[in-house]
Amino acid sequence: MTDDTPYDHLSDGDSEDHRWAFGTGFTDPLEGIDTTVPDSIDPEQLATYCLMLGDDALIYSHRLQQWMTRMPELEEETALANIALDLLGQARMLLARAAGIEETTEDALAYFRIENEYRNVRLVERLDTDFAELVGRLFIFSAWRLALFEKLADSRDPVLGAIAMKAVKELTYHRDYAAQWVVRLGDGTEISHGRMQDALDTTWPLVDELFETRLPASLEPALDRSEVDIVLDTVFATATLDRPEVPARAAVAGKTGRDGVHTEDLGYVLADLQSIARQDPEARW
Amino acid sequence: MTTVTRAYELAATVRDPELPMLTLADLGILRDVTEHDGAVVATITPTYSGCPAMREISADLEHTLRRAGFADVRVRTRLAPPWSSDWITSDGRRKLAEAGIAPPEPAPRRSGPIPITLAARSRVTCPRCGADDTVQTAAFSSTACKSLQRCRVCDEPFEQVKAI
Repeated sequence: MTDDTPYDHLSDGDSEDHRWAFGTGFTDPLEGIDTTVPDSIDPEQLATYCLMLGDDALIYSHRLQQWMTRMPELEEETALANIALDLLGQARMLLARAAGIEETTEDALAYFRIENEYRNVRLVERLDTDFAELVGRLFIFSAWRLALFEKLADSRDPVLGAIAMKAVKELTYHRDYAAQWVVRLGDGTEISHGRMQDALDTTWPLVDELFETRLPASLEPALDRSEVDIVLDTVFATATLDRPEVPARAAVAGKTGRDGVHTEDLGYVLADLQSIARQDPEARW
Repeated sequence: MTTVTRAYELAATVRDPELPMLTLADLGILRDVTEHDGAVVATITPTYSGCPAMREISADLEHTLRRAGFADVRVRTRLAPPWSSDWITSDGRRKLAEAGIAPPEPAPRRSGPIPITLAARSRVTCPRCGADDTVQTAAFSSTACKSLQRCRVCDEPFEQVKAI
């Protein structure tokens, strides 16, 4: 390799090295896994549900990645990068599951859908303006997702069950990490306490949406909210924080994120996430 | 030696790109090697969902087996049961410690909802000086599968493979 053609070997079609960029030899994350949909499950509904859970992880992972280089300490930077990477891995498998059923690709779902085709909850879209908002939302999201995925480990769809079982181990670490920060800030100084409480109050209007369901209970487990509340309330109490009492953000004509109705923030996430792929959809590196 | 045994023994020597002191077998991510319609099929499992090394590992496996004369090689992923740090072999644990990385304690076994952890996790033995007086400084490290620790006796930082 000469200095003026440092990328030549990356585009060599026979080389195994042409990877690490969009559209360049990423393998199917479900390669070799039996992806037959069991007879008892409606494939369309399964694809929709995997899209919802995959979109939550994809959009939230991107929002977390936007914190990179802005974290207060190197250890926190590393922690957040790892959490975002775990969620991206979960997103890839869930989108691949949906893509396999809908005869499209994981990349097409991630890079070429528009806002109203995304099925994520609105909670994951917002741009954090404060470190307290970062850890507050991460704690609530992880507590909810962990409780849900513990149930999904027994899903009638063995692929979704396997993805959930794996994710449970990761989400346990995410929830602990965020909870420890919520306690540290809430039970810290007057200033950190005030900002942590403000962060929870800001996040709270979008929490109800996490517990909405759209699909039959045989596919989408109904999560008992009290199971999540026990965890949230324990941490809030330890952190000397009040459980927010603010009204939920209204649906738009009865529709929320799960129906493809989003906040303005999602557009900014997608503009960032999809820009390279949309500029040159055929690009190969 | 049968073809499958030879292929397994070869596949087992491939090293993990992020923990190169360990082979795929040491790490417990090589689940099995079988023969299917004349092809050698190696099955691996990711440590974490977002493990960026899976593609690298798959390519290394394929190269190693092809170079040894196996013409038709396929690498497959298996997700269930999910990888556990308990699958790291005793050889693997020794190699980790020799490289300054503390091996994981036994993975937690739970039934019912997973309890939240607000206090630091259990102490581990310093792989450099052997002292037990260590503290976790971060639950995440250079890779998702490790945490960052510090020894309060020799004062050195070190990594530990997380117990999952």
